[in-house]
Parts: sequence; C-alpha cells; structure tokens
Amino acid sequence: MLKLLGGQTLRVIAGLGDLALFTGESFRSAGKSRRLGRRIARAVYEQGTLCLPVILIVGMFTGLVLGLQGYYVLNRFGSAGLLGALVSLSLVREMGPVLAALMLVGQAGSALAAELGIQRNSEQIVALETMGVSSHGYLVAPRLIAALLVFPLQTALFVAVGLWGGSLSGSLLLGVDSGVYWSAVERAVEAPDVRECFLKAATFGLLTISICAYHGFNAHRCRGATGARAVSASTTRAVVHSSIVVLVADYVITSFLV
Amino acid sequence: MDTGKKDFLLEVDGLKKSFGDRVVLAGVGLAVRRGSVFTVLGPSGAGKSVFLKCLAGVVQPDAGTIRFDGQLLSGGPGSRAGFHRRCSFLFQSNALFDSLTALENVALPLEQTTDLTNHEIRERSLEALRQLEIENHGGHFPGQLSGGMQKRLALARAIVTRPELVFFDEPTAGLDPLRRNAVFAMIAKYQRQFGFTALIVTHDVTEALLASDRVALLAQGRIGFEGTPDEFSASGHPVVGGFRDSAGALGTSLAAIRRGDAILSDDA
Repeated sequence: MLKLLGGQTLRVIAGLGDLALFTGESFRSAGKSRRLGRRIARAVYEQGTLCLPVILIVGMFTGLVLGLQGYYVLNRFGSAGLLGALVSLSLVREMGPVLAALMLVGQAGSALAAELGIQRNSEQIVALETMGVSSHGYLVAPRLIAALLVFPLQTALFVAVGLWGGSLSGSLLLGVDSGVYWSAVERAVEAPDVRECFLKAATFGLLTISICAYHGFNAHRCRGATGARAVSASTTRAVVHSSIVVLVADYVITSFLV
Repeated sequence: MDTGKKDFLLEVDGLKKSFGDRVVLAGVGLAVRRGSVFTVLGPSGAGKSVFLKCLAGVVQPDAGTIRFDGQLLSGGPGSRAGFHRRCSFLFQSNALFDSLTALENVALPLEQTTDLTNHEIRERSLEALRQLEIENHGGHFPGQLSGGMQKRLALARAIVTRPELVFFDEPTAGLDPLRRNAVFAMIAKYQRQFGFTALIVTHDVTEALLASDRVALLAQGRIGFEGTPDEFSASGHPVVGGFRDSAGALGTSLAAIRRGDAILSDDA
C-alpha cells in the first residue's frame, strides 16, 4: 500500500516536472519560431472568437442566478440594496475567473488536446521535427501566448455580462432600483479586486493551456491506450487535470491575496 | 581516397538500436553516393523505418556514427540544424497537415526555415505544385485529394526546400501495383529533374530494382547484402534468395492449400 502510494506520488512529481520542462521549452522555442505573430493571431481567434458564445451564455446565466439568490438572501436582512456589491464581488473575485477558465478548458482546451493528439498520431509533429522546425515553438508557444491575452479578456467579458445579468434579475424582475444596483457595484469593486481577477485569469490560462497541450502532444506516451483511444484518453485527462488545477490554483492565489 | 569519400553524401557505420530486449538494428553500415537512388530492402518488421528515423534524427540510435557530407551528426539538435535544412523526409503516411491547404503545406518548411519574403515563398510553393502537376489543387485540403495526389503533395513539400537528400519511408505502402509503379517512376523522374540523392526503404523488390542505382538488404538487424540491382538479382545470398523467391514460395504454399494438405507455418 505504502509502495503504491509512494509510486503514485513519484509519478505525479515526475509529471509536474515534465510539464514544467514542456512549458519552459515552448516559451524558449517561441523566440526561434518564425512568423509567430500570425500563429498567435490564429490562436487568439480559436480561443477567443470561437469560445465567445459559451462565455456570453454562461456569464449571463451566472449573473441571473446570482441576482436571484443574492436578492432572496439579502432581502431577509433588509439589505437588498447591496445586491450589486454581492454580484460584482462574487463575479470579479471568484466566479468570473474560475467559470470562464472552466468554459475555456471545455471548449478550447479539449480541442487543443485532441488536435495535438491527432497530429502526433498522424506523424505531423515528427514531420515538423524532420524539417528542422521546433514543434514546441510552432504548435504550443502561440497557444500559450494567446492564452495570456485571451483568458483575461474573456474573463472581463464574462464579468461584464454577469453584472448585466445580475442587474436584469435584480432590477427588472425583482424590483431593485437600477441606480442603487450599479452604484453598489461601483462602490464595492476596487482596483485590488480587478487585479486579482486578471491575475487569476492569466494564471489559469497559462496552466490549463499548458496542461492541455502537454497531454495532446504526448498522446503517444499515454499508458494503456494507442491510436484513437490514446487521443480520447489524453483529451479526457487534459480536461480533468485542467479543471482540478483551476480550482487548486484559485485556492492558492486567493489564500495569498486575501 | 579523399575523392572517394567526397562522392558519398551519407555514410553510416555500426548503427545500433534496441527497444528493451528487442534488438532492431545490430550494427548497420552503408554509404550512399551523391546523386544516386539507394534502396534499403527488407521484410516487414526488419527495422527499415527505424533505420531511416535514426538517420533523420527522429529516433536516437544507441550506438554508431552517421556522417552527412563528411560531417559527423552527433544526434544533438545543434549538430542536426544544418542537416535538417539540407534533407527532407517523405513519410509512409505522408504526414500532411490536414488543417492546412495544399499550398500552405508546401509553404510551411519555407516559412519556418528560411528568410524568404511572402511573395518568394508563394512563388516557390506554386512552382513545386506545378512541377508535381497538382497546381490546380493548391486551395484544397489534403483530405480532399486522392491518395496519389497526396503522395505528390508530400513530395512537393519535401523538395520545395531544394534538399540534397530525400528519405523515402515505404513510399508505396498500401498502394496497388499500378500506383506502386507510378510512385517509383515519380521518384526516379524527380530525382533526375532535381538531382537530389534518394534513400528509399521499401519491401517492393521488383519496383525498387528497376528504380535504384544500388540496393541493400536489411535483415536481422544487419545489412545482409549491398550492391547494384543486377548483382542483387544474381546474388546467391540465402536471405536475398529467400526474399527474391518469395513469389515461388507463395505459389508452392497456394498449391498445397488447394490440395488441402498444407499447414501454414508461423512465418506465413
């Protein structure tokens, strides 16, 4: 039992080390990659534009639910006027970065892991290496750089739509004065909250896209599966590991900043 | 002696590779003359693709030396940077980028490894497509092309950088006899046209003998025979004989099966 536990722990530590080396190599290769700007723009489009609908829909409904729940809780204590503060602080400090990251993992992260897994299976990655092209620099680095831009922007959008959703349910459906709602938002959210929001978003972006790229890139090393099954297993692993890492990183960052 | 050495673009000596306990290459050595078509023959599973991938730097050999144009390739990324610019690899599966169009596939190595302008890259890529007679399919994705066109597209991508050496990994795998002939004819034609050195690994004996200047037989991890196609045909080497006579053996087996008294051996 102890041996099994020790073996698993060592495997996790080795995996984290491998992931760190993979990410480092990708950033190092970015400097040598030619026409990087065009590939970053493409990655921004894939992670940003294509994920826009899901961010808008989830952001809106998160705001609507927060508005509803917040109103009923605050109303019990006669503080319905603080609804804007509750919705905005919840969204900016926690729910915005975490939920936006989870949505981006589900859409862009899984697509990235599957794409790289298929490219590995069909020898496209090996083909790049035989051309003298760094596969890390060509395939991974643009996605990582794009994630540092896209995750904070998508989070900002998620928060903005969520705030509007909160106002919709609070003001239009439940009768909280719109001016009171938005002035509570303005008073509640301060610069450190916004900084925390963007710090979390950028960190989640870097971690999740690294993990998804790592699993797809190494689909051939997937234990117990080959071919299409290896792609499927590595994609599943990428999404599960990324989602867990988002929540763990959220706790760590929050505990340092609170 | 020096002049002789300079004639050889690629020299391999004592190349060894094992995967766990399984020895795939047990000391392979050969020399490929500049501007020639050299074919390594061998049965499936003989380690031909591993040999080629060791040469291309995709698989790290356990021992042995590889010299390209007299320069030792130690296996490190630095030593291979120049080598990769001067050689190309045509994969058994073609390894085309399915999310890029045919033109973008051909342009990729130029975009990533040269300082050419966008206009020059486009012109060179279009020229390669024209030479391979697929210029009308530049906007198509690889999945929209036939098997033969995909092979030509892969060759266009391989030659667009004007390499001195092109590795062909089982270029006719999975193709019918007519297409096999067409692929070997294509390699011979473009090898003459562009003057590159071709190193082919295949198990298609008949076509390889017609298209090659020299052939080698890889069996049990070693080069069992090396010589001209004529020498190969006349060789009395037991492995060569077995490989050459496989058609005869098939006829004998089929006759026995028809008689109903054959038991297939493990080799079958």
